[in-house]
Amino acid sequence: MAPDWSTWETWLAEVGTVSRVATLWYSSHLTQRRIANPVREEIQTVSGQPSPIKGPDIARQVVLPFRKSLEISVKSLRVRFFRSLITTMTLVLAVAFVGFVWVSTDLADGLLRTGDSGVLQILERVGYDVRPGTTAAGSSAKDRWIVALSLLVCVVGIVNAQLMAVTERFREIGTIKCLGALDSFVLRLFLLEAGMQGLAGGIMGAVLGGLVALVNGLLRYGFSAWTEVSWGAVGRSLGLAALVGCLLSLVGVLYPAIVAARMQPVEAMRVEE
Amino acid sequence: MIGSHNIVRVSGVTKVFHLGKVELEALRGIDLEIAPGEYISIMGPSGSGKSTLFNMIGGLDKPTSGKVFIDEVDIAQLDAYELAWLRCRKIGYIFQTFNLIQVMTALENVTLPMIFAGMGNDLAVEKGLRLLELVGLGERFRHKPAELSGGQQQRVAIARAMANDPAIILADEPTGNLDLTTGGEIIELLKRLSQERGATVISATHDFKMLSASDRVVWIRDGRIDRIEDREQLSISVGQIVPRP
Repeated sequence: MAPDWSTWETWLAEVGTVSRVATLWYSSHLTQRRIANPVREEIQTVSGQPSPIKGPDIARQVVLPFRKSLEISVKSLRVRFFRSLITTMTLVLAVAFVGFVWVSTDLADGLLRTGDSGVLQILERVGYDVRPGTTAAGSSAKDRWIVALSLLVCVVGIVNAQLMAVTERFREIGTIKCLGALDSFVLRLFLLEAGMQGLAGGIMGAVLGGLVALVNGLLRYGFSAWTEVSWGAVGRSLGLAALVGCLLSLVGVLYPAIVAARMQPVEAMRVEE
Repeated sequence: MIGSHNIVRVSGVTKVFHLGKVELEALRGIDLEIAPGEYISIMGPSGSGKSTLFNMIGGLDKPTSGKVFIDEVDIAQLDAYELAWLRCRKIGYIFQTFNLIQVMTALENVTLPMIFAGMGNDLAVEKGLRLLELVGLGERFRHKPAELSGGQQQRVAIARAMANDPAIILADEPTGNLDLTTGGEIIELLKRLSQERGATVISATHDFKMLSASDRVVWIRDGRIDRIEDREQLSISVGQIVPRP
């Protein structure tokens, strides 16, 4: 058994809802702007001639294929490799910490199942909440708080880094908007970049955290830590930690990306290089 | 209707900027009509409001009052999609600072508007190469903007502006960051391409070299149109204004 999953699942679900609501709010905002245009038909008659600018198909005539947006995001990540690396490192550290805590608990669970009293003493000494008769080494409330706080700090760090990245790219954003990019293109580019950073950071962090936890377990409890542990649970913990990293990255970029997407090209152009 | 058709019509446009508590009237009522295929220069000292007017015509900024019509459609009435469409296919922008996307090669910069317009990648690349050849950079399509000189960057920007065969090319001080000879070449190129393709060129500038290329010159002073001169009148007045070297 992993640490108190139910709390984490609720928490993750909340994060998911927040991001969904934000996306919904944003797209409904776009739709509103699209619908609230009562003069549409009128203009066509006033001008006296059918204008190519107006028409129902306009929305489909400005496009950015997914493959192309992926290509552009990969390219911007590569060009700004160092900056992306720093943002990704924030994630790696946070995810590694979370992965470490969870895998350590998995190891403790495995040991606990042996029922060895010597092991119980060690576990208690290291700080696990082991009551007689329990089969799971639940991490303490303090541990959960520390994990939650570390994730929170990580999100704030990402928001900060991404806001900086957006500011740095004002001119670029303004330019592509002048070339006809829709708000959603800009949003998509930033979300894609963050998604890739999240994936990379999440996986690296999970691997790092998992390795450290396993080595730490080996040193602390001896070889039985590895033989008793349920590797399925370890995999699950690491997978979830990587997923959390990915989500954190997306949550962190949401606000900066919306700022970037909604920027008027002229504001963006006014910024001095 | 054909005779009175204007590709761009500006009617009573004013623009007020709020700089903290100070209000700055950048434009104080501009009326201007531009016929298709014209080469117009908007001239004026810096701070006269010509860049603001340029932004209004390009749909990059909204006037405080008054209207801007592109192809007789009031652009204030366009929604986000239609405005994007307009910027993508109807108008090509050229800027003083070139504004190429630094992380992309010359070719990628030129093909980007075509990708937005839904053109397939192969077609876009083919057309991009042709456009780069047209502006004299056929060999350097793989170069990033940082590896090109100012004049070459502006050529790429011109190729990019031409990508979707726009009806209007807006150039904001296209020669402002270039030396005399390069600036002259860029003006020459703009003039030639606009004639070949029948595009309307509107260029905000204070470069007197632009005058000889223009069909009409709109002089702006303190946010108002000072006077509009045709090419014939121009040759006389230029003699008075420009000190001969």
